Amino acid sequence: MTAGAAEARDGPVLRLDGITKRFGPLLANDGISLALARGEVVALLGENGAGKTTLMNVLFGHYTPDAGTVEVMGRALPHGHPRAAIAAGVGMVHQHFTLADNLTVLDNILIGTVPLLAPRLGRAAARARVEALSRDFGLAVHPDARVGALSVGERQRVEILKALYRDARILILDEPTAVLTPQESEALFATLRRMVADGLSVIFISHKLAEVMAIADRIVVLRQGRVAGEVAARDTDRARLAAMMVGAAVPEARVAPREAGAVLMALEDVTAPAEGGRTGLRGVSLELRAGRITGIAGVSGNGQATLAALVGGLARPAAGRLLLDGRAAGADWSPRAALAAGVARIPEDRHGAGAVGDFTLTENAVLEAYRDPPFSRRGWMDWRRARAFAAGLIADYDVRCPGPEAPMRLLSGGNMQKLILGRALAARPRVILANQPVRGLDVGAIAYVQSRLVAARDGGAAVLLISEDLDEVMGLSDVIHVISAGRLSPAFPRGTMTPAELGLWMAGHGFGEEDADAA
Amino acid sequence: MSALAEILMQASFWAAAVRIASPLILATMGELICERAGVLNLGIEGIMVAGAFTGWFTVYLGFGLWTGVLVALLTGMAFGLLHGTLVVPFGLSQHVVGLGITLLATSAAYFAYRVALPEVTSPPRIVPFPPLPVPGLSRLPVLGEALFSQTALTYLAFASVLATSVVLFRTPLGLALRAVGENPAAVEAQGLPVIGLRMGAVVAGSGLMAVGGAFLTLSAFSSFFFEMVNGRGWICIALVVFGAWMPGKALVGALLFGAFDALQIRLQQAPLGREVPYQVFLMLPYILSILALVLMSRRAGVPAALMVPWRKGER
Repeated sequence: MTAGAAEARDGPVLRLDGITKRFGPLLANDGISLALARGEVVALLGENGAGKTTLMNVLFGHYTPDAGTVEVMGRALPHGHPRAAIAAGVGMVHQHFTLADNLTVLDNILIGTVPLLAPRLGRAAARARVEALSRDFGLAVHPDARVGALSVGERQRVEILKALYRDARILILDEPTAVLTPQESEALFATLRRMVADGLSVIFISHKLAEVMAIADRIVVLRQGRVAGEVAARDTDRARLAAMMVGAAVPEARVAPREAGAVLMALEDVTAPAEGGRTGLRGVSLELRAGRITGIAGVSGNGQATLAALVGGLARPAAGRLLLDGRAAGADWSPRAALAAGVARIPEDRHGAGAVGDFTLTENAVLEAYRDPPFSRRGWMDWRRARAFAAGLIADYDVRCPGPEAPMRLLSGGNMQKLILGRALAARPRVILANQPVRGLDVGAIAYVQSRLVAARDGGAAVLLISEDLDEVMGLSDVIHVISAGRLSPAFPRGTMTPAELGLWMAGHGFGEEDADAA
Repeated sequence: MSALAEILMQASFWAAAVRIASPLILATMGELICERAGVLNLGIEGIMVAGAFTGWFTVYLGFGLWTGVLVALLTGMAFGLLHGTLVVPFGLSQHVVGLGITLLATSAAYFAYRVALPEVTSPPRIVPFPPLPVPGLSRLPVLGEALFSQTALTYLAFASVLATSVVLFRTPLGLALRAVGENPAAVEAQGLPVIGLRMGAVVAGSGLMAVGGAFLTLSAFSSFFFEMVNGRGWICIALVVFGAWMPGKALVGALLFGAFDALQIRLQQAPLGREVPYQVFLMLPYILSILALVLMSRRAGVPAALMVPWRKGER
């Protein structure tokens, strides 16, 4: 242990004081102060857009704050210099990894550790150290593997190794579990515990209450750019944290029993081929009724994507029929035909299929309706009306953004989803395809999106809810189907099945022998 | 076909192939360095013209051949500085700026030539680099004449491949360069200067391009005339793709192109040449190069951040 570390045991190893950062009219951080002790895990908890990532980018020198100071081991860090932060012992694992895909693990770790004009890289010595670190902290990854060929979990390990290789004493992890499987998350937590036992300090950014409670000693809650509260993990519980995050008790989406109406859309014994990595469908029958949420439970990759493509117009049945109000959809079934038939879509991949990042909010808001009045008349766009429409969505759906003319990519995931939801619901759709509508969202946004879906169902829309989260499916759905290997179970009305029984169907039990042979 | 076999057996054919490939090798390495750092440099064609002129003019004024090479290098670096400034810190379109640099550099070279030599009708000649046989090696059969009886600038071209390869893959600087072309955020996160690295790569790469141009006047033709670069810069852009952004593979591509070009000259003089219009032979290297590109190139090697401007602090 160094003398510096011993001194720092008394005072905090890191202190942020009065950090303020603006992006144009958006106040991302408003006078935030924070301290971190040696061997401590502090969780930075907050909704998407609460300012967590901005704060850490200020600390790490990516952004220059408008006001405030950063002190590491009692010494002030100059603003805007990542090198100074690294030299002071701060390591950061970004939410979007900062790795070069065409380089090996070892080369990625080495970038910036050897003076630029040094004659040699010294790969041999570096490899030995990387191997030792990866052994000591349980970060298994091959130093000669190309990063482009690694899984997301492995890439994260490379990022952590990068920080450890630079003798980081303070490690910042930005939403580290967002991309991990539950098993990978467990392994990460084990690594973090070893690091803390070794005297490192960790700032863990998250919006997931359960894991924050599991890993943190102390929890700092951010809300709208300000510190909303600070508690020791042992003195609080999930409900209280959630309330702190959103500023009020979280409203549960309530689903009152309701008579289902007419069948608006149906699949009759539909078979669809596997395409582009999607699992196909085999003999699927499904009814979407007015005023009913039909939930599809299942492990991802079992045909959900194909089902969503069929309903959204991106695919046509190879055999069987797709019925709209009792009439079979023809060969002209397409996304535009689906929109015309009153199908609204909330796509699974909101960045790829739901929005255009470089377009403004206004342009994104009219992306599905730009050809129709009032946004377009005799071939001319009416941008005034489009802007007014976007401004309406922003207000109605509480989209936090700099304004309707801001590019979509500046929005956090939750706010982007709110705009997509608003766009889908504004057309008063008859059928709503909601594919993983709340994945990656924070508590407040989840409750909001779900309550809007329930409201649409109460208003008479037929909702198809596809989700990997069994709690979500069971909590919202009037009837549940289980999807497994391209087959669909019968419809189970609300409350008739336990999670364990649904789990058996998800694993493929109950579909009958002849179906299994057909595979 | 026996005529073809006969040509392929000649040492002089292979010597010509290497000679034709030399300027391409130099300029291709220059382009490869730029692209590895994430900057497409379409100024290459014009920078080669400018290098060909300033290198030649320096020698014409009575300075030494190596002084000519140095002046060409500096000319290229100056245009590189201009290209880099516009596309790296200012983040302008690399296509537009590159084509602009080509137009500017080409016109400036022609203009300077006309201003300096208003009276001449036939291009004045200089004494070019003489062949420099490598003792011992130059007496090897075929290989001796093809590889080891060339001029100093050809050896420099081969050295540039080795140097590019070593720097890119064996030094911290090369590692940072490759990373900055793949994911500038990775370089920024380590506190390294993204802008500085890219500028450096563009300036150095442009210098090499100009030396490639100077090869034409100082080693091949011994005079400067209009249209002499004749699309070689564009060939180099294709060679970088052909070589999948690897110096060694790009060298193979340049030699292949050189061989095709040497071949077509000889086929024109073969008996076949009396029956087939000579334009067909002129097309041959380009057609074969396109075929080779189609068959060989994989986009797998393309730097992920090629042509993507970097702006600090932008999400």
